[in-house]
Amino acid sequence: MAVTTEAQAGITPEAWRGFVPGPWSEQIDVRDFIQRNYTPYTGDATFLAGPTPRTTGIWARLLEMFPAERAKGVYDVDPHTPSTITSHAPGYIDQASELIVGLQTDAPLKRAIMPNGGYRMVENALTTYGYEPDADVRKIFTEYRKTHNDGVFDVYPPDVRAARSSHIVTGLPDAYGRGRIIGDYRRVPLYGVDALVAAKKAEKSELNLERSTEDIIRDREELSEQIRALGELKAMAASYGYDISGPATTGREAVQWLYFAYLAAVKEQNGAAMSLGRTSTFLDVYLERDIAAGVLTEEQAQELVDDLVIKLRIVRFLRTPEYDALFSGDPTWVTESIGGMGVDGRTLVTRTSFRYLQTLYNLGPAPEPNLTVLWSHELPEGFKRFCSQVSIDTSAIQYESDQLIREQCGDDGAIACCVSAMTVGKQMQFFGARVNLAKALLYAINGGRDEMSGKQVAPARPAIAGEVLDFDEVWAAYDQLLDWLAETYVDALNCIHWSHDKYAYERIEMALHDRAILRTLACGIAGLSVAADSLSAIKYATVRPVRDETGLVVDYVVEGDFPTYGNDDDRVDDIAVQLVHNFMAKIRRQPTYRNAKHTQSVLTITSNVVYGKHTGNTPDGRRKGEPFAPGANPMNGRDAHGMLASALSVAKLPYDDAQDGISLTSTVVPSGLGRTRDEQVTNLAGLLDAYNVSSGFHMNINVLNRETLEDAMEHPENYPQLTIRVSGYAVNFVRLTREQQLDVLSRTFHGGL
Amino acid sequence: MSSTDLRTVPAQVGAPIVELASPLVGGAAARTHAGTAGLSLTEADRSETFTMVRAGDLGSVHSWELVTAVDGPGTRLTTFLAGCPLRCLYCHNPDTMEMRRGDPVLAEEVLGRLSRYRAIFKATGGGLTVSGGEPLMQPAFVRRLLRGAKELGIHTAIDTSGFLGASASDEMLDDVDLVLLDVKSGLPETYRRVTGRDLQPTLDFGARLAERGIEIWIRFVLVPGLTDEVANVAAVADYVATLSTVTRVEVLPFHQMGRDKWASLGMTYELGDTPAPTPELVERVRGQFRERGLQVY
Repeated sequence: MAVTTEAQAGITPEAWRGFVPGPWSEQIDVRDFIQRNYTPYTGDATFLAGPTPRTTGIWARLLEMFPAERAKGVYDVDPHTPSTITSHAPGYIDQASELIVGLQTDAPLKRAIMPNGGYRMVENALTTYGYEPDADVRKIFTEYRKTHNDGVFDVYPPDVRAARSSHIVTGLPDAYGRGRIIGDYRRVPLYGVDALVAAKKAEKSELNLERSTEDIIRDREELSEQIRALGELKAMAASYGYDISGPATTGREAVQWLYFAYLAAVKEQNGAAMSLGRTSTFLDVYLERDIAAGVLTEEQAQELVDDLVIKLRIVRFLRTPEYDALFSGDPTWVTESIGGMGVDGRTLVTRTSFRYLQTLYNLGPAPEPNLTVLWSHELPEGFKRFCSQVSIDTSAIQYESDQLIREQCGDDGAIACCVSAMTVGKQMQFFGARVNLAKALLYAINGGRDEMSGKQVAPARPAIAGEVLDFDEVWAAYDQLLDWLAETYVDALNCIHWSHDKYAYERIEMALHDRAILRTLACGIAGLSVAADSLSAIKYATVRPVRDETGLVVDYVVEGDFPTYGNDDDRVDDIAVQLVHNFMAKIRRQPTYRNAKHTQSVLTITSNVVYGKHTGNTPDGRRKGEPFAPGANPMNGRDAHGMLASALSVAKLPYDDAQDGISLTSTVVPSGLGRTRDEQVTNLAGLLDAYNVSSGFHMNINVLNRETLEDAMEHPENYPQLTIRVSGYAVNFVRLTREQQLDVLSRTFHGGL
Repeated sequence: MSSTDLRTVPAQVGAPIVELASPLVGGAAARTHAGTAGLSLTEADRSETFTMVRAGDLGSVHSWELVTAVDGPGTRLTTFLAGCPLRCLYCHNPDTMEMRRGDPVLAEEVLGRLSRYRAIFKATGGGLTVSGGEPLMQPAFVRRLLRGAKELGIHTAIDTSGFLGASASDEMLDDVDLVLLDVKSGLPETYRRVTGRDLQPTLDFGARLAERGIEIWIRFVLVPGLTDEVANVAAVADYVATLSTVTRVEVLPFHQMGRDKWASLGMTYELGDTPAPTPELVERVRGQFRERGLQVY
């Protein structure tokens, strides 16, 4: 289809002046546009501009508001208006000086309610923060309008409910928005809304030729909703005085159009992760065109990026305390993927890739947007060194393997949330939280009974008998238990996503996707290192179960040494690899909603603390209630051969069996990277290269002193912007609960790498 | 320990010490601990053991670690050997003093691990560092490791006090790219007080390295009240200034992180009340080296 009337007539629209045409000018194909028009940048960071007084002034207004927000939990809430794309009047931070405009509600940091996910959560959150729930809203969402949360609990089978309440399956998005969907927000500046509507209408007319079966009817309804949402996007932009029906004509418009598209998404959905995609190199084409034409300076280009990032930093959702316990620090996962290499061998790094990272200096460190560098040892040296330097100065970047992502998603992939790679506009996922593999092992030993409550949760089987645990016997029982777990888990996810599509469909995000997309069912596992070390103990040492009067194993006595995960020791690392592989195989055997492709992640975010709390004593010597290691990390203090050896154990986990990502968090003290700053920058870049060539997937790097964190716990007021990376995202350290702060501290501080 | 590297290697509290006939290879063969985890321990019989040790096929290893920025350039596989002829008062890894506390490990095991990390060394500009303990207490084993590393094209370093420098053959030194030379004091009597040994062998070894054109990083541990006298530091600095191949000097401030290990080994620790040097003192000492045109950290 032709995307504009000018293109239909064979004329290049004025908005596209100077752009190299190609398939992208005939049909929606943002990647093709980027490939034909971007300019790789292989230099260093010396061209960058600092913040202007205008930028600093706007940021200062927000900085004044953050302490009140932190103290109360929220700055303000509108309890009366369920949020839609057009529900709120325009809002500004400082209308006269903002270059990029648009807020979720009519004022900065004022949160909206989004009851489609579940009304009880809204009411719970409002009450928590001292707001009176609106009676009309309550009536609408309890009497007339069913929510996602209601829908899920109408269809959950009893097995799922039991598994859920005993915390072997946990963190499910049945009471909050699933998120992890990335709209291709770049389409709005490149084509304008009218062309996108026309394209969706064309897709729908194709569907009108098909027979009205359930699948086709659903697709037609979804397309109608998408078209409606695009209209609302246009109306919302118009309320700010912008007509975005046509393509953006300047760099400033491109940033603004793109932000409006993203803003519509966060007005409509309170998703667990509302990621931005891969926008820097796309926008670079517009910024460089203006700079070349002499109508934009470097300083002005940086101002536009700074202004966009300010907006991304203040995305807010109203959430419940239960949610915050799982994912603390008020994360929104506005993940932006930067850098990487193209399939043609050119780097996708541009000057704007640098400009995005520069915001961490111009505005100071911050957890959002979640800046994610797609790292390859082939990246230009200047960019590698700048990333490394920014990490040392701010700890605010995470790194993911460009090679592994490119093999799976091509060179226009982006990260949703923490570690989930997807091809922008062509792929979405059904987010599935995770199961607790460590607890599952205890269930296997106890014949399906819960080690804490004693309840029979999994189907009853003979418990493991005898005075000493036999590895083969435990492994066989575990294997059976995992069959049941995979079945129950996928059942739960199918129910959730059926209901989410029905009651809380992401209209605008999906409007910015192709019609035919790849859907993945993103399963996940937690407690991998505990399970692997426990099995290693059973295999290499002598483990004696301790039973209570009912025969329930409640503790383990371990005699002798055993190898532990995190030391690049194949004896135990192979067990971890086997667990990942086996569980994935079991997941793959389950039928999925909308024929989604099965994937899984090894990721916990901050919920490793909560999972640990709900898991009894384990055979590796971990005590009941003790936190798990985050993500795929080895257990605290068991990695004795340095940070890289620890990382190499994690790098063995097969990405083919964990295509939704494998998360590793590492912390070093600055002096552990070298004697001079130059040496530190070189060594960190070398280390990232080393992990990259060893097939490592993801690494969070914190460069921090233990003393800094301890001081921040005592004097949070002195560290409003202290950012640390936790299992796939960054948080303000001072916004973590004390329990989570202590967990972060107790993790290995690698003095040297 | 001979290594002045101030990181503490993993403690082996409570590890059983078994008396062995062999003076070089210690520990019960069945014993494993985190230090050598991932390296297969050998269970050779006694006469076989002697032969293997003499040939350099078998060594007593305390632990290994992948480290960055401390034991030479880039990311390195640092292998800590067990056994040291010095008894430095400030030793941070007293569990490496006795060879019998190490585990018997085959050279080919270490080389296998080294080969596995080739891509990492290439990416980071790193390599192998043999530390200890005192590596030159096991010269045959060290020679084997260095030769193996060079055959793999890997950068090599040894971390030594130089006291046993005479045990390093010219042939061995041909396989060494960098020596981390620990000069524990510049005045013979202070050196003896700190280490219980003579200074001269270290001075001779350094001169020999420089003569052979081997790059040297000097390390000096600054302990208040023990090594901090102006004259003592001046003597080290004067000596170092004569070595043409020295590319950096590291002044390492004393810390108390090794204290608990002494207690757990049942050994008497004399520096329990010694404070860490003040920043001013560290600066003064670094200045003494800097005055002689040396690159100091």
